[in-house]
Amino acid sequence: MPYLSTEETVKELKRALSNPNIQSDRLRYRNYIMRVIRSMTQGLDVSALFMDMVKASATVDIVQKKLVYLYMCTYASLKPDLALLAINTLRKDCADPNPMVRGLALRNMCNFRMPGMTEYIHQPILTGLKDKASYVRRVAVLGCAKMQSLQPNAEIDATIVNELYGLLRDPDPVVMVNCLRALEEILKHEGGVVINKPIAHHLLNRLKELDSWAQGEVLTFLLRYKPRGEDELFDMLSLLDGLLHSSHAPVMAATLRLFLQLAAPHPAVQADALEQARGPLLATCGSQSRELRFAGLCHVQQVLRSQPAQFGVHYKRFFCGYSEPAYIKFRKMEILVELVNDENVGLVLEELRGYCTDVSPELAQAAIAAIGRIGRTYSEKCLDILTGLLGLKQEHITSAVVQTFRDLVWLCPQSTATVCQAVEGCEESLQDSEGKQALLWLLGMHGGQISNAPYVLESHIDGLKTEMSSVVKLELLTAAVRLFLLRPAETQDMLGRLLHYCIEEESDMNVHDRALFCYRLLECGLEETRRVFQGPKSDPCMGVLTGCPQEPINSWASKFNTLWLLGASEVVPASSDTAASDQPAHSSQGDALAEAVDEQLSIPEEGQQSPDLSLGAPLSHEAFERHWLELCVTHREALGFQGPPSASESLQAALQLVKIQTLAFSRESTTPWKAYLYTHGSGTLILAELLQDESEAGNSSTGLVVSLKQLPENKMAIQEFVSVLRTVLQTLTKDGS
Amino acid sequence: MPRGGEVQRGGVQTGVRGMAQESEICAKIKGTMISQVFILTSKGDHLIFKDFRGEAGVDAINAFYESVTALSGDQPPVVMTHKDMHFIHVRQGGLYWVASTKTSASPFTIIEFLNRLTALTKDYCGTLCEKSVRANFALIYELLDEMVDYGYIQTTSTDILKNFIQTEAESSKPFSLFDLSNVGLFGADTQQSKVAPSAAATRPIMANRGEQGGKNEIFVDVIERLAMVIGSNGIIMKADIEGEIRVKCYLPNCSEMRIGLNEGLSIGKSQLRGYGSAVRVDECSFHQAVKLDEFDTYRIIKVCPSQGEQVIMQYQVCDDLPCPPPFRLFTSVERDSGNRLLLYLKLRCDLPPKSAAINVSISVPVPKGAISLSQELSSPDQRAELQPKNKAVLWEIPRFPGGSQLLALFKMEVPGLSSASLLEVGPVGMCFELPKHTCTGLQIRFLRLTPTQPGSSQRWVRYVTHSDSYTIRV
Repeated sequence: MPYLSTEETVKELKRALSNPNIQSDRLRYRNYIMRVIRSMTQGLDVSALFMDMVKASATVDIVQKKLVYLYMCTYASLKPDLALLAINTLRKDCADPNPMVRGLALRNMCNFRMPGMTEYIHQPILTGLKDKASYVRRVAVLGCAKMQSLQPNAEIDATIVNELYGLLRDPDPVVMVNCLRALEEILKHEGGVVINKPIAHHLLNRLKELDSWAQGEVLTFLLRYKPRGEDELFDMLSLLDGLLHSSHAPVMAATLRLFLQLAAPHPAVQADALEQARGPLLATCGSQSRELRFAGLCHVQQVLRSQPAQFGVHYKRFFCGYSEPAYIKFRKMEILVELVNDENVGLVLEELRGYCTDVSPELAQAAIAAIGRIGRTYSEKCLDILTGLLGLKQEHITSAVVQTFRDLVWLCPQSTATVCQAVEGCEESLQDSEGKQALLWLLGMHGGQISNAPYVLESHIDGLKTEMSSVVKLELLTAAVRLFLLRPAETQDMLGRLLHYCIEEESDMNVHDRALFCYRLLECGLEETRRVFQGPKSDPCMGVLTGCPQEPINSWASKFNTLWLLGASEVVPASSDTAASDQPAHSSQGDALAEAVDEQLSIPEEGQQSPDLSLGAPLSHEAFERHWLELCVTHREALGFQGPPSASESLQAALQLVKIQTLAFSRESTTPWKAYLYTHGSGTLILAELLQDESEAGNSSTGLVVSLKQLPENKMAIQEFVSVLRTVLQTLTKDGS
Repeated sequence: MPRGGEVQRGGVQTGVRGMAQESEICAKIKGTMISQVFILTSKGDHLIFKDFRGEAGVDAINAFYESVTALSGDQPPVVMTHKDMHFIHVRQGGLYWVASTKTSASPFTIIEFLNRLTALTKDYCGTLCEKSVRANFALIYELLDEMVDYGYIQTTSTDILKNFIQTEAESSKPFSLFDLSNVGLFGADTQQSKVAPSAAATRPIMANRGEQGGKNEIFVDVIERLAMVIGSNGIIMKADIEGEIRVKCYLPNCSEMRIGLNEGLSIGKSQLRGYGSAVRVDECSFHQAVKLDEFDTYRIIKVCPSQGEQVIMQYQVCDDLPCPPPFRLFTSVERDSGNRLLLYLKLRCDLPPKSAAINVSISVPVPKGAISLSQELSSPDQRAELQPKNKAVLWEIPRFPGGSQLLALFKMEVPGLSSASLLEVGPVGMCFELPKHTCTGLQIRFLRLTPTQPGSSQRWVRYVTHSDSYTIRV
C-alpha cells in the first residue's frame, strides 16, 4: 500500500464509506470500516469520519455494529453533537429481542464519555437492571458506575444504590460481583461498598459458584469485613482454607492476603496459612509464564523477611535457570542470599560461584555482591571464592570483588588480613571508577597490611593526568593522606607531588579544594591530621542492619498481592490517616500503648498540629544503608533516658503506632545498644539511630543518644520527630517501672 | 442466604467528599480495575488499543514503550510506573501484551489475565504472532469487549465467549494436508505416522463454517519441564519436574471426558510406594472444572472440556527423579603448550534405546577472548560454533538416540591463556526435547468421550519433556 498521510487516508476512507456501491456490498463496506478501526488503533485521527460511521451503525450485521460502536466510544467525547445522532439507534437496540444486541447497545451507550449523556442512559440502565437476561443485567450494573463517573459531583442516587445492594442476591454470579464493583465506585467517597455481616456471609456462601476471577475479586472485597469475634473469624477462615491450595495463582494470593489480614492478632494462624500456601507459591515461582514467576518470587521474598526458615529447604528451587531472563535471575540470587543457613551454605555458594563468570557483566557482579553478603556471616568460605575470582583478571569481576572486599572489611574486621593479602596485585585489572575507589579506600585504611600499597598508590598518582573521574581523585587524596599517616617515609614524596598537582593544575574545583584542605591540615601538624582522617576502621555495629530481626508479618500484610511488592513505586504518598486505616489491628497491649501515646500527644497547647509522620513507602535495608552512608548527621541529641527500653519488641510496636518504622535493633543486653529507625514526614525522609553506649568513660551520663539524618532537610520535622520519640520512650519507661 | 431486609447499607459517613484527592481514592478502591489494554509489536507498532475507563489517553502507549525500551538488563520490566499509571505486561509471541491500571491491583490477577488473553488469542486465531494478531484485530477487539467491561474482568471462558464472538478468524496459514506430513509436536521431527501433526493443534478453534466441516479432534498432551543441576562429580544437585496435562479440544459438543492415569500413581512424599517403580508426583492440582470422584481409587480424571486449550492438571516432582537423568557429560579441560585450550566432551544419552532426544544444543562457556575454534565431531549432522558474544561454544545435535554416546573435541586459541582462565569454563547448559517421553513415567491409560462422538472424532495423546534448565557443572 502506498504511504498516505493522515489527511489523505481520511479523505479516501470518507469517499469509500459514502459510496453507495460499497454501502450495498456488505463485505466491502465492513472491510472499509475495519480499515477505519485499524487507522484508529495506529493512532491516526479519523474522527472526521464520525458522520459516516453513525450511518454505518444502523445495520443488522453484528460484527459491523461492534466495530462501529468501538469507533464511536473512542471519539464520542470529541464529537458530542454528532454522537447524539447515534443515540436513537442505540436506544432502539436496547429494546431488541436479542439479549446480546440489548447488552451490546447498553454497554456501548454507557461508554460514551461525554457530558450530558446521563439523561439518555438513565432510563435504559434502570430497565436493564430488571432485564431477564443476566448478560444485560451485568452490563446495566456496571452502567450505574459509568453513569456516576460521568457526573462526579452529582448527588448519589439512593434508589440505584439500593437497587444494587438488592442485586447482590442475583442468581448470576457475575452480576453479583459487578454490583460490588459498581457500589465500590459509586460510594468511593464514603469509603466504598459496605460489607456487613449478612453480606459477608452471603459472599462467602456463594464463593464456590464463582469463576476464579470473581473469587479473587470477592476475596479482596472481604478484606474490608471485620469479623465480630474469634468464632466467626475461625469459621470464615476454615471456609476459605481450601482456596489456599488453589491452582489458580490469583485466587491463592487473594486468599492468603485475606488470611494474613484477618488473622492479624493471631500470628500462629498467619504462620500456618503461609505454611499451607508455600507449595502453591513455590509453584508460581516455577510457572511457565516468566511474568508469573517474577510475581511469585517477589512474594516469596517478602514472606522470607518474616519467616526466613520457610523456604530454607527449598533453596534449590531458586537456582537460576540457564535461559531465564536477567531480572528473574537477580531476584533468585537475592532470595538465595536470604535463605542461606548452615546446612545449605556450601551448595548455595557453589551455585553462585557458577554465575560469577556469566557472560552478562551485571549478572556476574550481582553474583559477586551476593557472595559478599553471605560472607558477612560465613566469611571464610566466601573469601576463598572471591580470592579465586581475582585470578581471572577480568575487569568487571575484579572490580566487583574489590568493592565487595571493601564492604566486608568494614562490616567484618576479622576478614581484614585475608583481604589485604588478596588485593595485592589486582590493581592492573581495575578500570572502572567504582573499583578504583574501593581499592584506594582499602589502601588508605589498611595500607599498613598491604605491603605494596605505596607502589600502587604511586602508579595512580603518576597516572593522574589521564584519570577522568573526579570522585576517584578525591578518594586518591584521602587514601594518600591516610597512607602517609601510616607509612610516612615511603609516601611523603608522592603525597607532595599529588598535592602539588591537584592544587596547581587540577581544574575540578572539588578536587582542588580538597587538596588545599589536606595541605593546610598537614600544616597544622600530624596529630590534627590524624584526628581528622583516621576514623574507625570498621563498624561491626552496622552488621546489625544485616542480622536484622524478622519483620512482623503485619507490616506487609496489607501490601501482599498488590503491585507494590513487584516494585511499582508508590504514586500517592499515603497520608497518615489512610495508612492508619489500612493498618491491621494491633494486639491489646499495643492498643493500650497507642492510647497512652495519644493522650500524651493531645496534651500540647491548642493549635499545634500533631506531627505529620507516616510510614509511607517501606525502605529496604539496602536503601537505608545507602542513605545512611551518604547523608550526614543533621541533629544529635541526648534524650536523657538510661538504658534501652525494657523490651525491644514493645518499642518496635509502640513506634509503629506513631508511624515510625524500626528497621533493625541489637539484642537487649548488648553494648553498645543500637537501633535504626525511619519515618516519612512533611515531605522528608528521616533516618535515626538510637545509641546507648555505656562503655565510653566519662560520657555515661548522657544515656540514650539519637542521631538524625534527613533527606531533604526540614528543621520542623526534626523537632516533631524528636518530641514524638521522647513521648514514646517516656511512656515505655513509665510502663516498665 | 440473607433475606431481603438483611442486606442493607451500613453506616454511611458523609461530609468527606472533595477533601481527599481523587487519585488517592482511586488507588484505594478494592478490586482489580484495568484501565487500558494494548498490544504492541517489539518495534512499538500499535496492534490493539482498547481504553476501558478513559483515565488516560493514547499517549500512555508511548510512555509505556519508552520506559520498557529504556530499561537496562537488570531492571524488572513486569511492572512499571509512569505518573500515576502502572503498566503490567507479559511478552508472548514476540509481542508486548500490556494492561495499565491506577489501582494497587493484584499482580497475579493481571498477569494471569494477560496470559489468558494470549491463550484465547491463540485459540481463536490459531497461532500467536504479529501476523495473526494483525489479521484478526477485529476479533481480538471483540474478545476484549466481552472479556472486560469498564476495566473489570467479566469472563474468560471459551464456552461462554464463543456465543458472543461473531467475527470469523483469519487463519494466517491455511490448514493444508502438507502440514500433516512428518512434523511432530512442537516441530519435532519424527517419522511416526501415529504422531499427530503439530500444525493440527494450531488452527483456530472456530473452524470457518462449511470448510472441512470442522474436524473433530481432541489433543491431550502430557508436557513436562525438567530443571536439573548436576554437580561436577556427577551427583544430582537438583532435579525438579513441572508437569501438566493440557487438553486442546476442537469438539463442538463433548459432555464428558474420562482420562485414566497410571493406576499406581501415588501423590505426596509421605505416601508409601507400591511395588518399587510406581509413578509418583509430589504435589498436584487440578483445573476448577475437573471432577475427582474416581481419582482416589482409580486415578481417573473426569472433565468436560470446553473448546480451546486448557490445562487440566499440574503436578510437580522435586529432588527425586524416578529415572536416571537423560544426559551425562564427561569433560576434560586441558591447556597445551601454547595458548591453546583443549576441551574434550563425552556426552551420553541415558534414555531407553527406543526413544531419542531431538534438537539438543549444548552451550559450553569458554574463556573470554577465545578465537578460532577447531572441532572434531563424530557425525556430519552435528554442528558447533564459537559465539564470542556469549563467550561460549554451541554444539548442536539434531537427533540423539537413547543409549548412545557422542564425543567432541574443541580446540581454541585463547590469547593470554592462564591457568586461572580454566575456571571460566563454567557450567554447561543444555536444551533439548524428549518426544514421547515423560520423566515421571506418567501415562494416560485411556481416553473416553461421552457421548461417543460420531465416527470422525480423533483422539490424540502426546507426550513430551522439555528442558527448562539443564545445567551440568564441570
